[in-house]
Amino acid sequence: MPDHASVGWIDIVVILAYLSVTAYLGWLGYRGTRSAADFLVGGRSAHPVIMAVSYGATFISTAAIVGFGGVAGLFGMSLLWLTFLNIGVGILISFIVLGEPTRRLGHHLGAHTFPELLGQRYQSRAIQIFAGVLIFLFMPLYAAAVMTGGSVFAATQFGIDFEVALLIFALITAAYVIPGGIKAVMYTDTFQGFVMVLAMIFLLVFTYSSLGGVTEAHQYLDGMEDMVPAPLAKIGHQGWTEMPVFGWGAPTYDLWWIVITAIILGVGIGVLAQPQLAVRFMTVRSRRELDRAVPIGAVFIMLMTGTPFLVGSLSNAWFAQHGPILNGKVVQELDAEKNQALVELMQKTDSGAWTAIISPKTQAPATAALIVSERQKAEDTNGNSFELVGGRSSVVTYVKGDADKIIPTFISTALPHWFGAIFFLALLAAAMSTMSSQFHTIGTAAGRDLYERIGTKGQQREPSLLVMRLAIVVGLLIAVTISYSIRQEYIVARFTAIFFGLCAAAFLPAYIGGLFSRRVTKAGALASMTVGLVVSLFWLLLVKAKEASAIGLVQLVTGGKTSILADSPNWPSVDPIVVALPAALLTLILVSAFTRPPAAEHLDRCFPEKR
Amino acid sequence: MLGLDDPLVLTAYLGIIALAILSILYGLLRRNAARDEVSDEDRQWALDEKKVDDEF
Repeated sequence: MPDHASVGWIDIVVILAYLSVTAYLGWLGYRGTRSAADFLVGGRSAHPVIMAVSYGATFISTAAIVGFGGVAGLFGMSLLWLTFLNIGVGILISFIVLGEPTRRLGHHLGAHTFPELLGQRYQSRAIQIFAGVLIFLFMPLYAAAVMTGGSVFAATQFGIDFEVALLIFALITAAYVIPGGIKAVMYTDTFQGFVMVLAMIFLLVFTYSSLGGVTEAHQYLDGMEDMVPAPLAKIGHQGWTEMPVFGWGAPTYDLWWIVITAIILGVGIGVLAQPQLAVRFMTVRSRRELDRAVPIGAVFIMLMTGTPFLVGSLSNAWFAQHGPILNGKVVQELDAEKNQALVELMQKTDSGAWTAIISPKTQAPATAALIVSERQKAEDTNGNSFELVGGRSSVVTYVKGDADKIIPTFISTALPHWFGAIFFLALLAAAMSTMSSQFHTIGTAAGRDLYERIGTKGQQREPSLLVMRLAIVVGLLIAVTISYSIRQEYIVARFTAIFFGLCAAAFLPAYIGGLFSRRVTKAGALASMTVGLVVSLFWLLLVKAKEASAIGLVQLVTGGKTSILADSPNWPSVDPIVVALPAALLTLILVSAFTRPPAAEHLDRCFPEKR
Repeated sequence: MLGLDDPLVLTAYLGIIALAILSILYGLLRRNAARDEVSDEDRQWALDEKKVDDEF
């Protein structure tokens, strides 16, 4: 790969200009109205653009752009279904169906955190503590995903080690969230949101135009279906413009279950029960403000997720047309008409002879599908003459299968270097706005939902700011440790999907039941949350092969297998949400049906409009 | 169409655009449809929220 990574004076000017504007807006914000609550206190309305972009900036982070964009580079445009759900569920259903009831219930009950909302609705300290513990324990996993995504990008863009980038990222985060910058300053969020939008529009237009147009780009990518790496083809990858093979009972269907259940459903549905997003509805002034925010939110999410998913997929076509030349020996002709061949990759030694590149994973000569553009006679290290071919490959080959590096590599190779600096700032903005709400949620979970509620003899304690700050520091340290120690296949997307899936299974039935049903009981909600969490953890520890084998418990239980269902094809690829969410929902309904409904006075307090 | 042969991928591609348009129409049609009143309860909630945030 050519060396595009360095920091030039243009980068420094761009970064300084951006930081100056952010600092100025932050200063303006601190002098006057700054958060959603301030607008509400003043009886005024935040502009819908500000509300929507601020919400979107909290939702979208490096996890979506680098993590899921990279997964699209690996698996293809089937990921567009996630954007479809992000708009349909994350904006339309969320804003139109859940927004106003959440706002009203939170205000009626005086709840300020998501666990507090559930706890007050069900008059249960146990539910509040349960939700607080879950958030405190698992939110750092999601924060680690955001941090890893940003660090991988910085490492690629500026040519530094991942560990150094992570350290810098962690320090910036600490400086931002610990001294009190965790409060959402809406003007700053909005400015950062606009930078993200402009960067995405430029990226999309550049990618399509460099490939000759929308249809031409798609057609070219469609023609690369024979170049899908063999390990992906074996699990059902049919090309970057096609859905994976659908079916049940054979390994060739694994990818469909990975993409649809783990990548798309987990995040697509899990967004409804994200604590840091649900509380944002409480800060909204009225239903009208929510209605007005829908269009901006939808367009924002379309650009922020649709662009990286399209660009991730199309980066395969870009590298096949413009990537650095790779050399090797033809092993198998794939499509003579398109000059596509499977090639054993080779490198030139100091003596001028050619030798095979050994894959560190398989310890065998590395192979890749190339579009061959040049052929010449050459000599290997044994002195034998052979035909050396040169050509380009998909981005998957250039990043050696590491999906998290696809977007950073594409940006640093294909786009002007100054854009890389701006894109980095957009990513930093996306990461900071998300992480500020993540760590705010961790802090309030520990301080308000745990410390205050776990008082002596059940008495509520005074809020402790020290506990909140300590919790944020601990959460940050856990997130950094996770980022530092776990580097696996598309880990950014997987961590995100695990957290979103856990939230969906544990919270969603109780949350929606609490908003819309007078019949759901405290016992039903607690049982549902417990079943959702336990089934999810059981699945992650013992069934879902990728996660279970990484944790290691399943090998001890089964004597070395990666899943207790390793002999039943497809089950080890199914995400916990498919089993845990229905189980939690069923539990909520059944237990509520057989337990005493809440007191009428309490329900009148929750739903005074329905009295 | 658009160089996408797989109908499901094409549906997702066009569906995204359709949902965005639907969202814009929704926002325009409902622009002033819902009530926009701040109750005392809403204001009290915001004051409590602001107090915690400011202390933080």
